[in-house]
Amino acid sequence: MKFREKVYVFFTALTVLIVVGLLFYIIFDIVRNGIGVISWEFISQPPREGMTKGGIFPALYGTLLRTLLMLIFVVPIGVFTAVYLNEYGSGKRFSKWIRLAINNLASIPSIVFGLFGLGFFVLFLRFGAGLLSASLTVGLLTLPLVVVSTEEALRAVPNSYREAGFALGATKWQVIRLIVLPQALPGILTGAILSVGRGMGEVAPILFTGVAYYLPYLPSSIFDQFMDLGYHIYIMTTQSFDVELTRPIQYGSTLVLLALTFSLNIVAILIRSKMRKRRLG
Amino acid sequence: MELKERVAYIVISLLASVAIIGVVLIFVFIAKEALPVFFNPEIKKEVNLRTFFLTRDWQPIGLEPKYSFLPLIVGTIKVTIIALIVALPLSLGSAIFTAEFAPKRLREIIKPVIELFSAIPSVVLGFFALMTIASWVQNIFHATSRLNAVTAGFALAFAVIPITYTICEDALNTVPRELKEASIALGATRWQTTVRVVLPSASGGIFAGIMLGLARAMGETMIVLMVSGNAAQITLSFLDSVRTIPATIAAEMGEVAFGSTHYVVLFFLGLILFSITFVINYIASILLERTQKRLRGER
Repeated sequence: MKFREKVYVFFTALTVLIVVGLLFYIIFDIVRNGIGVISWEFISQPPREGMTKGGIFPALYGTLLRTLLMLIFVVPIGVFTAVYLNEYGSGKRFSKWIRLAINNLASIPSIVFGLFGLGFFVLFLRFGAGLLSASLTVGLLTLPLVVVSTEEALRAVPNSYREAGFALGATKWQVIRLIVLPQALPGILTGAILSVGRGMGEVAPILFTGVAYYLPYLPSSIFDQFMDLGYHIYIMTTQSFDVELTRPIQYGSTLVLLALTFSLNIVAILIRSKMRKRRLG
Repeated sequence: MELKERVAYIVISLLASVAIIGVVLIFVFIAKEALPVFFNPEIKKEVNLRTFFLTRDWQPIGLEPKYSFLPLIVGTIKVTIIALIVALPLSLGSAIFTAEFAPKRLREIIKPVIELFSAIPSVVLGFFALMTIASWVQNIFHATSRLNAVTAGFALAFAVIPITYTICEDALNTVPRELKEASIALGATRWQTTVRVVLPSASGGIFAGIMLGLARAMGETMIVLMVSGNAAQITLSFLDSVRTIPATIAAEMGEVAFGSTHYVVLFFLGLILFSITFVINYIASILLERTQKRLRGER
């Protein structure tokens, strides 16, 4: 290779270094400033003294609760959408529409989901602003992750397995239920984990659908308002009356949220790469 | 038995239609809240397309509310331009290196690591930008406000990079080996092959990646809400504070009365945002499909 071309290639390698370096720097910066704040108290106690002291428990609790509730909707819908696409509908026009819709959902700005959640779940269906409305809104946003991940897993199930099932006299639904879905389980799991990782960190869709600035009690029904970790970071950094004073809480909350979403994503990557390796033998 | 099969099929089809119903409902319900802009006589007295596009001020609160979209559009364009200027060279360069020059082992590490960027919630990126990037920008440009279009655009780039990178890398990867081998056999170097053969054949996919990155930058909410300064003004300088369309919706929707002019106008902004990303996404998906078909030789 000519010298000039080596320089060009070097520059592309440099861009990789910059991107990866920035990623690690962000993580390093948050960990460095946040790690000192983390303690059992911080995780398990509610905020105190006008939210300038104490922990983040209600926010963490709200985030976990709304994400679990989201899973209940998004996993069955996402999995069976993928089942339809891969097992029933290949080549059908309906499938094409579904794919277009999934693609679209993946690219609609999250604040638009927030508006929709307000207009549809909160006002039209009268669920009010609370856990249910917020979970449904975020669920719609993460639906594509579950569909794509499950579909990839379904596609990887060899056709000979299905044919073996049919040859033994199994019906289509039996083949799907007893052979295809169990085989695709790691892919389904990956999709669920990814959707949790994504849904947890989303703030824009819950702004008008149920999140609260501060609540002295924990939500006890799915229609109750809730506190949220991501939203907590946002209000503590921009609306707290003494932004400097609450800096440690901000870094601590950010570290907790980042640790949650990151570890979930890494688990998903590991499951996926194990799946691929097994497939390749 | 027959019945069970039918029920399974119907239930699965119904669940599968949720995505379609969802998209349609999103459109219908945002339009439903936005359309009083054109049809409600009370609201029509206050705002119309002329107010939106031919006046200069966005001051929805006050005795005489002003609802011009222009400062918001200018703000959105500014941060998007900065985001793309920062993100495109980095994501394209990385995609080229990963797909064409990295050894296989390295490639298998780089790709998931860069894609981990998308695992950072935007509120975390916003916080990091507020604490760190704003200071970097301040040290370099000495702007009057720490929070301005450059800071916001720089932070947005972090949200754009994983999208553009992944799509471009995939596009480069679908270029058939025979094309590259033919080029090398003719005496071209690997760099020449990359620039003259691989990039042009993957251009549709790369363009799609850029467009989806653009859509992401335009629609991102939390990052800009936290670091753009949120001042709705029309200026030329990128070092002034700006206010974008999504940040405006996020900041103001919580405090408006249902059905008021302000409420309807915010939904109208949402409708515009939705329509723009819908069109961008549609074009990108057509481009991607075409490129893939061509590369598989199905034209």
